Amino acid sequence: MSTVESRAASLDSGATTRRSRANKAFDIGGLILTLITVIFAVLWAFPIYWALITTLKPEQQAIAKTVEFLPRTWTVEAYWHVLVNTMIGRWYINSLVTSLAVTVITLGTSALTAYALSQLRFPGRTVLWYLILASFMVPLTALIVNHFILMAQFSLINTWMGVVLPQLIHPVVIIVYKNFFDSVPKEYREAAKMDSAGEFQIFRRIYLPMNWGVTTALAIVTFIGAWNAFLWPFLAVSRPEMMNVAVGITSVNDAFGVQYARELAGAILAALLVAVLYLIFQRRVTQAIMLSAGVKG
Amino acid sequence: MLRNHRQEMVVALLFVLPFVLIYGVLFLWPTFQMVYLSFTDAPLIGPGEWIGIENYVEMFDDRRFWTSVRNTAYFVVLTVIPNTLIGLVIAMMVSRLKGWQQSLILAMFFLPYILPVTVVYRIWNWMFNVQFGIMQYPLTWIFGKATPVFRTQWMFMPAVAFVTVWWTCGFNILLFLSGLRSISTDIYEAAALDNASRWTIFRRITWPLIWPVTALVLTIQLILQLKIFDQVYLFVQGGRPDPSMVMVQYIYSQAFQKNEGGYAAAISVALFVIVIVFSILQFQVLRGRGQK
Repeated sequence: MSTVESRAASLDSGATTRRSRANKAFDIGGLILTLITVIFAVLWAFPIYWALITTLKPEQQAIAKTVEFLPRTWTVEAYWHVLVNTMIGRWYINSLVTSLAVTVITLGTSALTAYALSQLRFPGRTVLWYLILASFMVPLTALIVNHFILMAQFSLINTWMGVVLPQLIHPVVIIVYKNFFDSVPKEYREAAKMDSAGEFQIFRRIYLPMNWGVTTALAIVTFIGAWNAFLWPFLAVSRPEMMNVAVGITSVNDAFGVQYARELAGAILAALLVAVLYLIFQRRVTQAIMLSAGVKG
Repeated sequence: MLRNHRQEMVVALLFVLPFVLIYGVLFLWPTFQMVYLSFTDAPLIGPGEWIGIENYVEMFDDRRFWTSVRNTAYFVVLTVIPNTLIGLVIAMMVSRLKGWQQSLILAMFFLPYILPVTVVYRIWNWMFNVQFGIMQYPLTWIFGKATPVFRTQWMFMPAVAFVTVWWTCGFNILLFLSGLRSISTDIYEAAALDNASRWTIFRRITWPLIWPVTALVLTIQLILQLKIFDQVYLFVQGGRPDPSMVMVQYIYSQAFQKNEGGYAAAISVALFVIVIVFSILQFQVLRGRGQK
């Protein structure tokens, strides 16, 4: 900035005064823009705030005709009710187990495959790589009917395994891992080879630890994705006690008619874990989203 | 040396085996089965007769199928361009801020994106609730009376699209932000030196330089929204699903409600082909950017 400033000054002192006046106007314009940004952000986040605050009101206040941005009486009755009278604890466990399984299996198999594709020579390597690249564009949503038939044949409907298996196809994880493994300097591998380390050891001791950041980022978004998945868990499970929390909360209204504070309390609980995960790992989530969109973050 | 080579091959095959198994059983096989099933009259579970292209002939004459295609296209039109433009505008607004202010504002825009769709549904069902929803204040002001948005046919798709933009825009904002950051500040400084107006700067510098990201976001959105099911299914609950039926929903209803496995598979193949055609388009766009 300073070089630009001085260059401007040396060119023409009149221009500098004109510029500084423009700068002042610029600041006021900037201030207004910032203000608009803040108002817009508040409006954008408002529905989440409004849902949250509704859950902390007694039902009569939640449906009161006047708009109250804070509860007159604070209460956790709605949460208490959902915790006691629905299977939300059970749904949470289902979501945790299936989402963790999806994350661990996807990352494990993808990292191993990416390592082989990146560092090892074997027949079918090129074919496999092109298959993975091609499957990037295939809509898994179109496979729901046949996934259901397949899971029914394996008798896996209404089981954790049945929820997990069709969610394991994430070619993008392999693509991201391969890009990172490709950029690890070859000297590390050669040095390890000299010490007669096996491939699995090289993978586990060098390539994985060097890319922990990527692994964390991919793990968090894979987990959030599995936690939030709706269509497949909704199809694969019909028994309430096997539902994931995202699916389960839609059945909450059937349990006690229309009680808005309670409905929303179920929703807030369902989102709580992923919201907290995001707030803690904000930068990792951002990085992973950039990576999977093909943009180096 | 030869032994080493053989050993490397065995290790490599062991490494890729778990993935190849998953990929084969849960991806290649169901894809193959889908195509096969679409040529039969099988129910969802159980065997069927080979009937050739009859399902496809039926599909081309099926008014409800074409309604679902039209609704899907309508939803794509309602979401893709607004979602991209709003994402760009918000990203430009956020990119002006610095440090913790930027993180905070960005988080406020991004938070909806990490919510499960059922939570988004609950929140907006409450916001738009015809008796108690806070959105009824502006709606009453506009329409003169309380409006059941998700029970009014012409409003349904735009309302679901609106909620979808709110829900998914965070993703676009992130991509645009990284694009904006990669534009060199020198160019802006030079423009400021020329006393260029905000609009000129946007039109002459930001827009052309951000265009590759815009193209990427447009195609990602396009492919994503073609697969719409969740929001439409959830918001139509308790109402009549037929007028707003989208393609995946039609697959769902044929397979899981009408028990028409073969016919549902034929519609799946149609969706499959449509998405792949658009994906190839996306691939071209990405390749144009010089990336894999």
